[in-house]
Amino acid sequence: MTALLTVNDLTIRFPAASRIAARLSGQPAFIEAVAQVSFALEAGKTYALVGESGSGKTTLARAIVGLVPTHSGQIEFGGQRISGLGETALRPVRRQIAMMFQDPMGSLSPRLKVQSILAEPFKVHGETADLDRKIRSLLADVGLPAHFAERYPHQLSGGQARRINIARAIALRPKLIIADEPTAGLDVSIQGEMLNLMRALQEKFGTAFLMITHNLHVVRHVADRMAVMYLGRIVEEGDTAAIFARPRHRYTTALLSANLKADPDSSTQIIEAEGETPSLLKRPSGCEFHPRCSFKHEICRNEMPGEQAMAQGHRFSCHNPA
Amino acid sequence: MALLDIDGLSVAFRTRRGELQALRNVSLSVEKGEIIGIIGESGCGKSTLINSIIGLLPANVSAVSGSIRFEDENIVGMTEAGLRRLRGERITTIFQDPMTALNPVLSIGTQMTAIQYRRPESLAVKRRRAIDFLERVRMPDAARRLDQYPHQFSGGMRQRICIAMALLTEPDLLIADEPTTALDATLEVQVIRLLRELQRDIGCSVMFVSHHLGAVADLCERVAIMYAGEVVEQGTVRDIFRDPRHPYTRKLLECDPGRLTEMQDTLPTIPGEVPDLVHIPEGCIFRSRCPDEFARCGERPSPETVGPGHRAACHKARELGTP
Repeated sequence: MTALLTVNDLTIRFPAASRIAARLSGQPAFIEAVAQVSFALEAGKTYALVGESGSGKTTLARAIVGLVPTHSGQIEFGGQRISGLGETALRPVRRQIAMMFQDPMGSLSPRLKVQSILAEPFKVHGETADLDRKIRSLLADVGLPAHFAERYPHQLSGGQARRINIARAIALRPKLIIADEPTAGLDVSIQGEMLNLMRALQEKFGTAFLMITHNLHVVRHVADRMAVMYLGRIVEEGDTAAIFARPRHRYTTALLSANLKADPDSSTQIIEAEGETPSLLKRPSGCEFHPRCSFKHEICRNEMPGEQAMAQGHRFSCHNPA
Repeated sequence: MALLDIDGLSVAFRTRRGELQALRNVSLSVEKGEIIGIIGESGCGKSTLINSIIGLLPANVSAVSGSIRFEDENIVGMTEAGLRRLRGERITTIFQDPMTALNPVLSIGTQMTAIQYRRPESLAVKRRRAIDFLERVRMPDAARRLDQYPHQFSGGMRQRICIAMALLTEPDLLIADEPTTALDATLEVQVIRLLRELQRDIGCSVMFVSHHLGAVADLCERVAIMYAGEVVEQGTVRDIFRDPRHPYTRKLLECDPGRLTEMQDTLPTIPGEVPDLVHIPEGCIFRSRCPDEFARCGERPSPETVGPGHRAACHKARELGTP
């Protein structure tokens, strides 16, 4: 099967300081928020980008929709290169890729009624015919009654606001929806509802999802494939089932064990990752996870591990894998 | 003897829509030296409970009844001066967001010595104690970093500073309000370990308020489950996670994707919504969403003891046990 989205050797840089300040302080003039990232997402599937704060997942997602310029590498969507395209050339592509932002309330304008919020994607792409019916059907798709069209965002609960975000994302029937932390801050009883709704819409419309999350419990049930990111790099990638069955990179194992089970007799041994994520301005030498790793060898300090490939495209970069 | 004994606490607020009954008849005790978890979803009254204990209820509070006994004193109705004696000295709090809990324009050293204002000691002694506590929360290079400002620390470090500050006065009760919610998983594990270790050292009681079931299961000895302003079930961690008797507890645990052993396409949910606390429905508060509802649920259930220290407010609490 051909990929819907292919990211190839993508690097995204941000200026960190002026050139003179950088020269004086001895620090680099830029940071690499995303470094040499490659992955592919198939049509109609769910791919999860997993990692902690500062791992570059959101930057990567924003680059895919063209909100952040790329430094090197390519992004291809439906066989067409979309990285480096100008605004005009990007417009038809944007119709195919929708984004659900992290803060569901903050991404709804407080002064617009749900009706206007949902009308916007149609207006932007000049499809204003039959608008009311389209909006009613969108609300029905996300399980909200038609009278919600008259509400303002402050009259919505957190779960309802998320449903409106989902409705807006599916409005133009995109091929890909990028969902940035779709369940962060939700109670567990509502979290399931959102994920079930996304799954139902995926089946109905054949939409692919790129899901950014730090909740590994969720990933296991919703994602077909996943990538674990650390300091802007993918350190492990593969089928979700394979990674959960046998995580190899030491960061993945630490991350998986840190997702505490709601079971007082849980036998899972917590593998502690010491300290905190280092600054992108001072990337560690060798394997970038080594300062926090309990399994490091001498080689990990000095040499960046190469990528090892296993069956079904499971790959990881670790000198001393689990 | 219990350190903190909450008995029949009810709190209501004035709102534009009418009186909102945020807490109803909450009874809960915290023993000396124990770690108790309070679990509940948004709007269950966790924050109102904390604010009642530290005497920081907002101005629109319209009625408070019941009692909160802290050792021999009742916090309900206590004077501001009395509260000030307890707050920040014998009862301390760690909040969810470590950035807003610290003053951005004062160095952490200044803040950590200022909160020791009750002690008749020299500044040098207070600074030394601050350094000691920063070292105890494993702050590297604590003496040098004492003069830095909050923005110079990472999120995880800031939460450690907040923990150090909350324990600096060696309190009897530490209230931790979602202390790990803003942290990444690997840091959450670190903070939980740290809390457990320091609690053992200092011997204080900890009230750990969270919606993260895994964190509570890992850290706490006893757990109370709150729903829509009521404590619906309480017991030991093992009682609650292994033999839950209230249908809400059972549903909540079912919904936790971390507990599903098999990979599932459809995740479990709790259909329906939390009732409106301005118009409290008759009978059991969970009735409208309960899978086990029957005729008697029109009557309000009172907490039923199903085992030592294990109580559930459900008419079916005895039947719902795991055989």
